[in-house]
Amino acid sequence: MKIGWILRPLLVAALLALVLRPEWFTPLLAPLAPANGPVIYTRASLLSLSLSHLALVAMASAAATVVAVTLAILVTRPAGAAFRPLSRTITNMGQTFPPVAVLALAVPALGFGAGPTLVALFLYGLLPIFENAVTGLTNLPPATMEAARGIGLSRWQRLWRVELPLALPVTLTGIRLSVVIALGTATIGSTVAARTLGEVIIAGLLTNNTAFVVQGGLAVGLFAVLIYDAMVQLETRLARRMGG
Amino acid sequence: MIEIDRITKTYGDIRAVDSVSMTVETGTITVIVGTSGSGKTTLLRMINRLEEPTSGEVRINGDSTLSVKPHILRRRIGYAIQGHGLFPHHTVGRNIGAVPQLLGWPRDKIAARVDELLALFSMDPAQFRDRYPAELSGGQQQRVGVARALASRPDLLLMDEPFGALDPIIRTRAQEDLRHIQQRLGSTIMLVTHDMEEAIRLGDRVAVMDGGHLVQHGTPAEIIAAPATDFVADMVGDVERPLRLLSLIPVAELVEEGTAEGEALSADASLRDALSACLWSGRGAVPVAEDGVPLGRVTLDAIRARAGQHA
Amino acid sequence: MTSPGVGISAPGLLFAVLGAAALCVPFMTLAANRIVAGEGVMAWGVASLPVVLPGLAAIAAGLIMGLPAGRNSLRIAGAALGVGGLLWLLTQGASGLLAEAGDYARVSPSVSFWCLLVVFMLLMADALAAMAPGPLMRGGVLAAVLAVLGAILWSGVLSDLSVMREFASRADAFGREFLRHLGLAFGSLAAAAVIGFPLGVLCHRLASLRGATLPVLSFLQTIPSLAMFGLMIPILGWVGANLPGARALGIAGIGFAPAFLALVLYSLLPVVGNTVAGLASAPPAALEAARGMGMTPLQRLLRVEFPLGLPIILTGLRIVLVQNIGLAVIAGLIGGGGFGTFVFQGLNQTATDLILLGALPTVVLALTAAIVMDILVELTRKTPKDSA
Repeated sequence: MKIGWILRPLLVAALLALVLRPEWFTPLLAPLAPANGPVIYTRASLLSLSLSHLALVAMASAAATVVAVTLAILVTRPAGAAFRPLSRTITNMGQTFPPVAVLALAVPALGFGAGPTLVALFLYGLLPIFENAVTGLTNLPPATMEAARGIGLSRWQRLWRVELPLALPVTLTGIRLSVVIALGTATIGSTVAARTLGEVIIAGLLTNNTAFVVQGGLAVGLFAVLIYDAMVQLETRLARRMGG
Repeated sequence: MIEIDRITKTYGDIRAVDSVSMTVETGTITVIVGTSGSGKTTLLRMINRLEEPTSGEVRINGDSTLSVKPHILRRRIGYAIQGHGLFPHHTVGRNIGAVPQLLGWPRDKIAARVDELLALFSMDPAQFRDRYPAELSGGQQQRVGVARALASRPDLLLMDEPFGALDPIIRTRAQEDLRHIQQRLGSTIMLVTHDMEEAIRLGDRVAVMDGGHLVQHGTPAEIIAAPATDFVADMVGDVERPLRLLSLIPVAELVEEGTAEGEALSADASLRDALSACLWSGRGAVPVAEDGVPLGRVTLDAIRARAGQHA
Repeated sequence: MTSPGVGISAPGLLFAVLGAAALCVPFMTLAANRIVAGEGVMAWGVASLPVVLPGLAAIAAGLIMGLPAGRNSLRIAGAALGVGGLLWLLTQGASGLLAEAGDYARVSPSVSFWCLLVVFMLLMADALAAMAPGPLMRGGVLAAVLAVLGAILWSGVLSDLSVMREFASRADAFGREFLRHLGLAFGSLAAAAVIGFPLGVLCHRLASLRGATLPVLSFLQTIPSLAMFGLMIPILGWVGANLPGARALGIAGIGFAPAFLALVLYSLLPVVGNTVAGLASAPPAALEAARGMGMTPLQRLLRVEFPLGLPIILTGLRIVLVQNIGLAVIAGLIGGGGFGTFVFQGLNQTATDLILLGALPTVVLALTAAIVMDILVELTRKTPKDSA
């Protein structure tokens, strides 16, 4: 991926400029703004919106990871096996719930603000991580598991030293899916008054100011693409180390 | 008659097959044997142009294979491979009828041909026609694979390690079946294997490949008795040469007047079977009979002398 | 661990505990009008005791019937009984509470109702999954559930509920936005299929094209939906303004066109990716045999690769359909119509029932589409798979 090594620094630079020095983009965006309308969003700094957006995603994804991996460990132990079919049903059905609908349904229950967004991101984020962690923990190479038992590792030792590390790449893929969805859903979270970059887009839509829409859209899009790319790099490096 | 004329295949600097020529008579089985990387599979695949030759040509009954489009050529040549390659989503009947269908045979003719072939391979058509490959045993899948290759009555049947995926007992049976069917239909077969035992058992002629070259081409007896190179001798296995040779000679050839103790061998058993029977039961001779009628006996001394002629 | 000796289903026990806990929070909400926050009413307080009792009894019986492990029919009956109890409380409560309140008063189901509904749905799904029903049976169950749901809504027993009041005042708009939503989801699916199948076949044949196409499509897929919808606005705005005839076709910066295009872009990765994966799933030996028997590349594609890859290709369409039904909600923000219109109007007016009017049908639509597509995928998988 030679092209990636040229493109990546360019995209990072573009994103930093867009968030830290949005006024540099005035000439580019001016044709999109309505006559005499503002070109650059100034009601809040893009930096603070970005940080709050990323913090929301990070918190929800971290919590979802901890809970989902714990649940995945539980249902893959003999004691939790009775819940495996149920958990499969819930993940299958749950993932057909549109993220926007989850967000919308959180509002009647929790009101407006960052709270419902956080809960929606967390709940929806559980599913891909749980699904992938269960896949990872159930598709371990049988020979390796047999060897781990053969050399006398206890259940806990097998879990910590063999099963979780081997399931890590697949679990990471789940976390990546979850983070990407969370970034997108958090953007819509601004419609329920969470402070995210979606605010810029919504402001643009409400005032017919395409310049705002493009600013917000580019910032969110660049964040998503770069974070996705970084996580893919991490996964391939890990998979390569494991000889996958 | 199949004429292979100075056929060559190069990949970059590597000559996978280097100017190989041989002639295959109609109605015979030629087994190409070699280690992996010897070029034997490439040679076979150049005959139906799954690989295009770099130079040289193949003529089937005088016509160059280069004179027709590859896919038209392949419909005239049967092809059976290791692991059968059956279409998992088609029934046994549709699998066998695949080439006739490509050739545009009428439906009832295809159906009749499918039933005929299933019967030939001792599989009840009514029972197997509508099953899917996954519902068959390994041996049955392999038989359907060969039946499919024979369906359009091809001029030539190419087989690439057709028995490679079978376990030893089923493999021996499959080899015997192939022999019988070939004799009944008079088909011309070229078969690739890495197993010299299989080559000797099946081949009217054996071609030994090494490093892209055809190092020896002759009858099994010639290959065993007079290996052309050390490599061929190695493939035959020096230690086992006498036994391999004896396995080619029927006891009928050495039957003499007289009687012997114990259970009788049939006349078409090999001298190797007779030797084995002598050694196992500690006898100096075994009786030979045909359909229960005693023909005479074969002695250990006679077997020893016969083996010694080639040593 | 489930102790088979005792015969109690572990999930059943979990459902019973959750169900009992759910009864300790408000069952319905009574509000003075459609905007203000209401006050919660417990399940036993929605009507007089003799009226409430049968409902509560049905819920309790339903939860208990879910307990025995392995008795799947009994557990399904329990789930149905429980849902019946919920509906009884809801309908009796709605008329009872409204009778004592003002003209603008609204009643809606609250946390307890929704939790119990989810619990009974999961109980039914758990028992159904244990019966491992075939595709036709699953289709039958789905049709039955939708028919019952339709009958309940049609009968008007729920018309006192706030969300149904919102519906009643917008019945025409609802029908229009429903069709719009379907048009967005299915139209973009069709467009993506028309573009994606040929592209997938080409990618399957040309490794270089595959290497260039799939990463680009997966990056497109990561762009957050709101950003994607937003970025379509200037692009299509320019097309509409500068391309002769485009405006006549309805292409403009806002409305249906940018929403449709965004959905198509999102759909390309699952269609192309699964087409490539599906075509590559044919066993190599079968392909070698197909070549060896003289099939042309087109015959190999149509007779071997495509039929063997069909389940995977259909799975791609399932992903697209479910995803697009959800994403089409965002169209409501850029004037593209669909159920999103109600969701975002509701969010603007802080009218929760209007939000529900948009969100609930979307969820039902997505679930239905997922189940139907799963059945289709399973039907195409019907031929036994190669054991090799």
